[in-house]
Amino acid sequence: MSNIFADIQLATPEIFVFSMACVILLLDKVTHERMPKASFLLTQLTLLVGLYLVTITVPEGGSIKAFNDMFVLDGMAVLSKQVILFLTFVVLIYSYSYITERKMYRGEYFVLILNAVLGMMVMTSASHFLTIYIGLELLSLSLYTLVAMNRDSDLATEAAMKYFVLGALASGLLLYGMSMIYGATGSLDIETIRSAIQGMESDDTMLILGLVFIIVGIGFKLGVVPFHMWIPDIYQGAPTSVVLFLGTAPKVAAFAFIMRLLVDGFQGLAENWSDMLTIIAVLSMATGNILAIIQTNLKRMLAYSTISHMGYFLLGILSANPNGYSASLFYVIVYSFTSLAAFGLIIMMSRAGFEAEEISDYKGLNKRHPWFAFLVALVMFSMAGIPPTVGFFAKLSVIQALIDVEMYWLAVVAILFAVIGAYYYLRIIKTVYFDKPERNEPITARFGMQFVLSANVFALVLIMPWIGVIMDAVSNAISAMG
Amino acid sequence: MTFEQLVFYFLASVAVIAAGLVITVRNPVRAALFLILTFFTVAVIWLLLEAEFLAIVLVLVYVGAVMVLFLFVVMMLDIDTDQLREGFAEYLPIGATVAVIILLQLVIVFSFGPFDLEQMPAPAAAAVDYSNTHQLGLLLYTYYVYPFELAAVLLLLAMVAAIALSLRGRLSAKRQRPDAQVRVRKEDRLRIVKMNAEKQD
Repeated sequence: MSNIFADIQLATPEIFVFSMACVILLLDKVTHERMPKASFLLTQLTLLVGLYLVTITVPEGGSIKAFNDMFVLDGMAVLSKQVILFLTFVVLIYSYSYITERKMYRGEYFVLILNAVLGMMVMTSASHFLTIYIGLELLSLSLYTLVAMNRDSDLATEAAMKYFVLGALASGLLLYGMSMIYGATGSLDIETIRSAIQGMESDDTMLILGLVFIIVGIGFKLGVVPFHMWIPDIYQGAPTSVVLFLGTAPKVAAFAFIMRLLVDGFQGLAENWSDMLTIIAVLSMATGNILAIIQTNLKRMLAYSTISHMGYFLLGILSANPNGYSASLFYVIVYSFTSLAAFGLIIMMSRAGFEAEEISDYKGLNKRHPWFAFLVALVMFSMAGIPPTVGFFAKLSVIQALIDVEMYWLAVVAILFAVIGAYYYLRIIKTVYFDKPERNEPITARFGMQFVLSANVFALVLIMPWIGVIMDAVSNAISAMG
Repeated sequence: MTFEQLVFYFLASVAVIAAGLVITVRNPVRAALFLILTFFTVAVIWLLLEAEFLAIVLVLVYVGAVMVLFLFVVMMLDIDTDQLREGFAEYLPIGATVAVIILLQLVIVFSFGPFDLEQMPAPAAAAVDYSNTHQLGLLLYTYYVYPFELAAVLLLLAMVAAIALSLRGRLSAKRQRPDAQVRVRKEDRLRIVKMNAEKQD
C-alpha cells in the first residue's frame, strides 16, 4: 500500500478540476440571475489554474505511478493535459457569445464541459483498463448531453440520439474486447498485460479477437472508416459551440487513449494492430476526402475532413515506432488548433437565427469583410497542408514516419488523397474571394473574440520559426513514456 | 455429475432462456419480469461461487430498486409495440447475417480452448470464517479507491446530465401569455361548419 497522500498530490489537477465543477454546479443556483457571467469566468479560471497545476506536477524523468498502478504521470500525460486544458479554454472564449445568444447559457453547460475535461485527463494518465474506461465514459456522457443541450432543435436531438446509441455500442465492444484480454492474460493492469503478452504466442486467437474488438471500439470513438457514420450527422446537427469542443480536445485525448491501450498494452501485438490500422487509415483518407467534395454544408464538409484527418493521424501510430508516435501527437495537436480556428470562424459568422453553416453563406466574404476572408483562407490552407502553414509540417511529419519504416506505397496513397483533399479546401477559398456576395449584413462579433481568433489563425503560420521547439517537446513527451 | 453441477446447469439454462425471452416477448411488462428472473438466477449462480455479498446486492439493487422503477416507467409510458416492431422484417436479414458471422467467429475462437476446464481450474473453496463482504470492502476502498471515486463522479455526472436535459422551467404552470393571446387569429380557434338544415323527427 503506497502512501495515499503522495498519490493524491500527483492527481491534484484532476481533483481541482472536479472540485471546481462541483462548486460551479452549486454556485450557479445563486449567481445565475444576479451575476450570470460568474459561471463562465469561474470555469475559465479553473482551466487556467488546472493548466498551472499540471505544469508544476511534472514528474522528474520517466514516469511515476500512483493509486496502485492505476494512475500514471509521464511526459505524454502532462503534455496532453496541457493541450486539452488550453484548447478547452479557447473553446469557451469562442462559444461564450454563441451560447448566450441561443439561450444555452446555463451552469450545467460549464459543469459538463469541466467533467468532460476531467474524463480526458483521467484517460491520458490511465494505466489500468478500469480507469481508461471510466475516463472514456466521463467524456462520452458529457458530450452526449452537450449535443442534446439545445432541446428545441430536432437536428440536435437526432444527432444526440445517434451519438448516444453508437457511443454505447462502441463502449460495449470495447468492454467486450477488454474482457477477452482479461480472459487471456488474467489482468486489467496495462503493464501486466504487456508482460503477459510477451510470454504468449503472438497468434493466440483469444488475444487477437480481443484486440479486434478493442480496435473497433477505438475506431468508433475516433470516427474512422468504417465506423464513421455518426460523425457527419453529429457535426451538422449539434450546436456549433459543442462541435467546436468535441472536434478539438477529445482528439488529443483519443491519441493518449490509443497510446495507452495499443502501444503500452499491446506492444507485443504491434504487427497485428499495425495492419488493422493500415486498412482503417487508407479507408478513412479515401472516404473522408472524396465525400467531402460533394458537401454543401460547411459543418458537414468539415466532418468528412475530420474523418480524413484521423486517417492521417493513424499513419504515425501504425508505423509503430517512437518517431511515428511523436509525429502523430504533433499531427493531432496541429489538427486540433486548426479545427479550433475553423469552427471559431463559423461561430464568428453566425448569430442568433443564422448559423452560417452553408458554404454558400461565405460567397464573396472578401467584399464584406476582407480580414475574415483572409483568416478563412489561412485556415483552409493549413487544413489542406499547404506551406507555409503548420498543417504542411504535420502532414510532412507523418509521411516522414512512414518513409522511415519503408511503407512507401502508403506514403504515396496519403499524398494522393491529400491532393484530392486540397480541392475542397481551395473551393472554399474560391467561394470567399471570387464569388459574388449573396448577403450583405454586417458581421458582428465581439472584439475580444476577434482578437483571440486572429491570434489563433496567425499562430498557424507564425509558429513556423519555433516548430523545432514543439517537435522536441512532443518527442520528449513520447520518449518519457513508461 | 455432482449436485452442485446439476444446480448450476439448471440455473444457467433458466438464465439463458429467460434472457432470450426478455427480448422476444411482445409485452414489455412481461419482458421486465423475465429480466427479474434472469437477475435472480444469476444471483444464485453467484452464490454457488461463494460471492454472497454480490448475490444479495444484485437482488436488492437490481430487482428491488432498478427493476421496480423500470416497471413503473414501462407501465406509465404508453408503448406501442407495433410501432417498435416497424421495419423489423426489413432489417432482419442484415441483422441476422451480422449476428451469425459474429457468433461463428466467437465459436471458432473459443473452440481453440482458451476457456477449457483445464485452463480455468475451479478455485479452492474458501475457509469457513472467510468473509467475502470484508474482502470486497477492503479491496474497493483501498486498492481500487481511484476508480471507485471516479465511478462516483460518473454517477454524479449522470444525474446532472439527466436534470439538465429534462428540467426546462415550469412548463406545466398555467400562466397567461398575453403576446400569444394577441397573436391569435380567428382561423386558429373557430371553425365554421356549413350544413343543410335537418328535419327534427
